[in-house]
Amino acid sequence: MILGGMVLLFIIGPSLGMFFATSSNEIIETVHDTEVRNSIGLTVGISMAATFFFAFMSIPFAYLLARKEFIFKKLVLGIIDLPIVIPHSAAGIAILGIISRDSIIGKTADFFGLNFVGHPVGIGLAMAFVSVPFLINAAHDGFKSVPVRLEQAALSLKASPIRVFFTISLPLAWRNIVSGLVMMFARGMSEFGAVVIVAYHPMVTPVLIYERFGAFGLKYARPVSVVFILVCIIIFIAFRMLANKKNQMRLNKTT
Amino acid sequence: MLKLKNIHIALGDFSLTDFSISVEKGDYYVILGESGAGKSVILEMLSGFIKPKSGKIFFNNEDITNQSIQKRKIGLVFQDYAVFPHLNVFKNIAYSLRKKGFSKQEINTKVELVAKETGVFDLLHRKTTELSGGELQRVALARTLVSEPELLLLDEPLGSLDVLLKDSLRNLLRKLNKAGQTIIHITHDYEEALSLANKIAVVNSGKLIQEGKPSVVFNRPKSEFIANLTGIKNFYKAKYISSNTVSINGKIDIQAQTSEKKCEGYIVIPSDTIILSEKKQISSAVNNFTGIIQHIFPSRFGTEVTIDIGIILSVLITNISSEKLSLKEGKEIWISFKANSVKFIRKN
Repeated sequence: MILGGMVLLFIIGPSLGMFFATSSNEIIETVHDTEVRNSIGLTVGISMAATFFFAFMSIPFAYLLARKEFIFKKLVLGIIDLPIVIPHSAAGIAILGIISRDSIIGKTADFFGLNFVGHPVGIGLAMAFVSVPFLINAAHDGFKSVPVRLEQAALSLKASPIRVFFTISLPLAWRNIVSGLVMMFARGMSEFGAVVIVAYHPMVTPVLIYERFGAFGLKYARPVSVVFILVCIIIFIAFRMLANKKNQMRLNKTT
Repeated sequence: MLKLKNIHIALGDFSLTDFSISVEKGDYYVILGESGAGKSVILEMLSGFIKPKSGKIFFNNEDITNQSIQKRKIGLVFQDYAVFPHLNVFKNIAYSLRKKGFSKQEINTKVELVAKETGVFDLLHRKTTELSGGELQRVALARTLVSEPELLLLDEPLGSLDVLLKDSLRNLLRKLNKAGQTIIHITHDYEEALSLANKIAVVNSGKLIQEGKPSVVFNRPKSEFIANLTGIKNFYKAKYISSNTVSINGKIDIQAQTSEKKCEGYIVIPSDTIILSEKKQISSAVNNFTGIIQHIFPSRFGTEVTIDIGIILSVLITNISSEKLSLKEGKEIWISFKANSVKFIRKN
């Protein structure tokens, strides 16, 4: 009990300390700082876009992993977790390798007048690289928890596999999937290591905090951190409420 | 209507071998077997979840061996109901109708009709998570029936229900069958099979042991396995040795009225046709032996007594007779039975 309390204190303590060390005037000034507001907007926007873009590929992929057996499946599951264990700066270098102008993707983008390095798309890829395992793993667990028997029952009622996926598997795994989406979004927003290698500008908030800390010191970095944490908390609560409401609405609709 | 020809399925250690049965339109066909006999595999194959390694499935003279699940006019009710937990009763039943182009009104009418037929009309707007086992079974049945399958497959439908619910569902299944619904029902319970089937197939370890009318399967079981499964007592291997005399396992000779000659087979001595007495009786019964009482235990129909007369015989008597004879384990007792109560079944 005491040990648990100590761990909890270790998690909450630094954040609370930072809140108490920041005056309300500093917070208000930071909220009115255009650079901070743009940065938070950019961070939230890119992370959200990356989450939804990758969700379209990751959710069916997670379903496949939960339902099909194939050789090297364990290897594939291991590869999915790779971005979690490799240093994020190294992840940034890896992403840079595939989107730089020397790479096939980079050259193709260049052909259309795009350069992903220093571009929101590059930032989104870096965010997704380190955060997509959270979505895939959560969705995989969700689909695994859906009894195959229910899908078989739907098939025996002459539903197509696509209909079975959308009417049985997806709704029943929804809670886990939402949790995975929130985790991916949150992890993407907070990413610094990979993003800073791919794009110092446009500046996402973690990079901005780092820059303010390097250029002006702790006093100037702290209010930005506090505001960013508050925004993150508000978004999480909103997401959770929305997900619960949606779930409740669906349940009401179906009952 | 349905013909399975030389079906072979291999699933890990289990295999269904050379399985051939024939089901006619309007049949109530019960597949009887112990757990692990391969009964569920047969239903999953008929539904299209499992493809046979070899052999053919013909449905209305059409080869459907490789036909997709969606195209088969076969409905399956799973043993564990598999009712969708996130949909209410109405939506569960209406599930198969949603994509068939029916109007909302048509869907309502069809769902209500089948809900009335299966006795779940009052539950239509309830959550499935609030239902009892019997109610879930009826919802699962209604959900399959609404799709109007030509052949209805039931996987142990009465298995987990209490006696009252069993009776009620049994009546419903009889009613459906009488209305023309062809049913294949799998079970391990011979009483269930006897009460519903007009045709029975007994399977063991992936093999068809016997197929036929219940009266034939239950009165003339083709093996000891079937006799055990169907609860038949006093079933022994026997050999015809001379006129009206058969030897049971070479241990004891009994008189049996049989037209069979010089052959091997099985005999059944119905346990309720054996008479117990303290002294030898002068009667028309030609089989009279003394034996030692091994066990006495209550049974559903009175008292069951097992007696060692060289072979172990099971005798069913009333509780009054049991008290009158002051039966106790280890006591010597006379048993007698008539030759014409012994059934001789020739081995094929």
